[in-house]
Amino acid sequence: MNLQSEIPLQYMIGVSTLVFFIGLGGVLIRRNLITMLMGIELMLNAVNINFVTFNHYLFPHRLEGHFFALVVMAIAAAEAAVAIALIINIYRKFSTVNVDDVNELKY
Amino acid sequence: MDYSFTLLIVLLPLMTFAALGLLTNRLKPVLAGLLGTANLLIITLISYFTAYQYFTTGNSASGYIPVTAFNTLWLSFTDQLQIHLGILLDPLSVMMLVVITTVSLMVHVYSMGYMKGEKGFQRYYAFLSLFTFSMLGLVVATNIFQMYIFWELVGVSSYLLIGFYYERASAVAASKKAFIVTRFADLGFLVGILILSFNSNTFDFLTLTSPDGPVIGETAGALFMGVSVTTWAMLFIFMGGAGKSAMFPLHIWLPDAMEGPTPVSALIHAATMVVAGVYLVARLFPIFSLSSPGALEVIMYVGSFTSLFAAVIACTQADIKRVLAYSTLSQIGYMMVALGVSGYGGEAGLGYMASLFHLFTHAFFKALLFLGAGSVIHAVHSNVMADMGGLRKHMPITHITFLIACLTIAGIPPLSGFFSKDEILVAAFEHNKLVFAVQWLVAGITAFYMFRLYFNIFWNRTPVYRHTPHESPPTMTIPLLILAAASVVAGFVPFNALITSDGKPLELTFHWMIALPSVLIALAGIALAALLYYRESVRAEKISVALRGFYTAANSKFYVDEVYLFITHNLIFRFISRPVAWFDRHIVDGAMNLIGGTTVSLSGAIKKMQSGHMQLYIWFFTSGALLLTLIMLYLK
Amino acid sequence: MTGPQIIFAILASVIIAFSILSVLDRRILRAAIYLLFVLVATAGLFYMMNYQFLAGVQLILYAGGIVVLIIFSILLTSQINSKLDRPKRTHVFSALLTATVGIALSAVTVFQFVFKPSPAAAADVNMRTIGLQLMGTGEQGYALPFEVISMLLLAVLVGTIFIARKK
Repeated sequence: MNLQSEIPLQYMIGVSTLVFFIGLGGVLIRRNLITMLMGIELMLNAVNINFVTFNHYLFPHRLEGHFFALVVMAIAAAEAAVAIALIINIYRKFSTVNVDDVNELKY
Repeated sequence: MDYSFTLLIVLLPLMTFAALGLLTNRLKPVLAGLLGTANLLIITLISYFTAYQYFTTGNSASGYIPVTAFNTLWLSFTDQLQIHLGILLDPLSVMMLVVITTVSLMVHVYSMGYMKGEKGFQRYYAFLSLFTFSMLGLVVATNIFQMYIFWELVGVSSYLLIGFYYERASAVAASKKAFIVTRFADLGFLVGILILSFNSNTFDFLTLTSPDGPVIGETAGALFMGVSVTTWAMLFIFMGGAGKSAMFPLHIWLPDAMEGPTPVSALIHAATMVVAGVYLVARLFPIFSLSSPGALEVIMYVGSFTSLFAAVIACTQADIKRVLAYSTLSQIGYMMVALGVSGYGGEAGLGYMASLFHLFTHAFFKALLFLGAGSVIHAVHSNVMADMGGLRKHMPITHITFLIACLTIAGIPPLSGFFSKDEILVAAFEHNKLVFAVQWLVAGITAFYMFRLYFNIFWNRTPVYRHTPHESPPTMTIPLLILAAASVVAGFVPFNALITSDGKPLELTFHWMIALPSVLIALAGIALAALLYYRESVRAEKISVALRGFYTAANSKFYVDEVYLFITHNLIFRFISRPVAWFDRHIVDGAMNLIGGTTVSLSGAIKKMQSGHMQLYIWFFTSGALLLTLIMLYLK
Repeated sequence: MTGPQIIFAILASVIIAFSILSVLDRRILRAAIYLLFVLVATAGLFYMMNYQFLAGVQLILYAGGIVVLIIFSILLTSQINSKLDRPKRTHVFSALLTATVGIALSAVTVFQFVFKPSPAAAADVNMRTIGLQLMGTGEQGYALPFEVISMLLLAVLVGTIFIARKK
């Protein structure tokens, strides 16, 4: 179904924007590394919505946005895997996953 | 003839100084002493040869011709401002060469015995060579700037030698005092040089002093505050000379300079350095007498006052070296008076000749006095007269030579002091009767305090000596004998034919009317001293009690030092130095510290940005990205 | 209100509400589950836009893969029982500021811009088209990104095993 007639583009983008910045706030507020990762996932998700929306509304005859969103999902998965591996490593070294306690790379 | 070999006279001591200075502790003391003495022997012989050559062949119808043996351009700033270094030989400088090298040689030989076993023996000889080099460079200077350079070098050598026993606080203080006072005087000297050379466009002595040169020939010149510019320049130059020759009120450093070793006092502060001021006035004498006679009057009065002042103080001092120091002040006063009363050329130039003659004889007998005093101090291990007495039995050679020196300074014929002092009195009589009267009186006081010294050391009562004093070793007594011989015969040198104000020989007549009273007052002084000090008695005590107030004042050197201390501590330090120091410490340093402190705190603030907290980094870059977007999209 | 509009309203509110809760909740497992709900609702959004394949991939990858991974790591780092710390005031303030500025900026930009949709006819998005384009090498071919992703996945596989190995 074609949504162009019923739901304006700006509302979809508005949703995506809100989710993106909520995810950003989550990354900045949260102390736990895993919850920071969750915020990053939210941001990536919002970006996906964005690409797909523009593809559907502005270029319905092509699939660039669709495939880009696909690639982003694959990369998000890869990145989440690496991040978890790092978190496990950090937990083994510092026995904490609080981001305030892993601040040794400083002045 | 070619006199360029005289360059050796100046350079050899410099090289000896370098060698001894660099090798100090690696040389055995004896070797250092022999090296210094040998060097001096060589240059003494060269000086004698130069003198012989010059005085026998340098004559001409118009008098002795100055010979520039060597003159090289050293620094060239502009076409007009050029500084040369060279050697000028004329009767005055050749005479000074002879005097300086002879006395220095005697001191070198004497020091081998006196300073034996002292710590820093090699350093001592290095400094003696440095001093000899500086003084020789001073007297052969071709231009006034070279003289100034060597003037300062002499001051430095004096500082180094007075402060030789640097572990003694009093020696350090004395050396600083000497250097600072003479340096202050040299400020005046420099100002004088600048005024003089600015107005005449040259530094060169021959040009400055030639009677038809830019200074004397073409003056008339500007007036400043009613006094001609040349006179101002000469007064400032005299200020420099007054500092170095310890004229009142810049005399305060000379008595304290006795903290140095006694041979140093003999060389520097009796025979050579302190007469540098007299030499300066003599060198520039044509300008003084032909263009600024007012300055000469000032010189005369200053010299006269100084000699009276110093003579009075010398009568009260208990330290034998101090007595001799004040005696030096007094005798230099004589030399300045003689220059002050002199005219230029022919008969009028008698004062000039007399002054330099007195310089010549004074060098020998004053050095003899100091070296003899050193011999006594060496035997008794004390400087004060109260610890001495009856030494004539124990130290015969020292006794006889000291007696000869005392008779010479008192002016008893036929010793050399009589001739030179007599000529000064004649010159003074013909110019200014008041000054003559003062100088005649001072002659009597001189005889009195010198024989007070003599009797207190060699006669009077014999104190209990810890170990009996014995005669000094030959290295010390031989110079004494040589100097004593010089004191006797120096009077017969035909000075009037050799060194006069215009180079031409002078006719001398013998003035009975002046000679007789001077000898009589000298004998009176000796008699008074004998009366009071020949045997142990309380007569001297009674006189000092009777003159209570005056005696205490004279004993405290008329409080001149206290006045200086008051001016510097209470006035200059409190009102000028302290605020300046406060300014420097708080404002200048404070500004620097402020800059440093600001940088540190700024960097501390910036360094917090690398806190290691990841969220801070994330915040920074997202805010940055948003900011950039804002700027790019809307604010461009 | 037509059907799609109601569905969109529900999905949008679910997404926004649960994303806020996921960011603010102090119990970590709950935050993970809220994240799961957001991802599922996003899949619904994709389905509404006729991208069924993408919706499916979203559910499998995100909801079935990443959230499971997150829950595993929560369990491995043993924090289920304790509540998370409150965030610091300054952090909250700065995050709020950044977020607000960002939202304002994006909203203003998007709502002011005049979007011109392409006049071409919509393409039919079915598995055949997607497959042909995914493996295609011509004008609309995405074979290169496909290969690159497969190499990336290989690298990530090796990398994570290496990072997380027991020493």
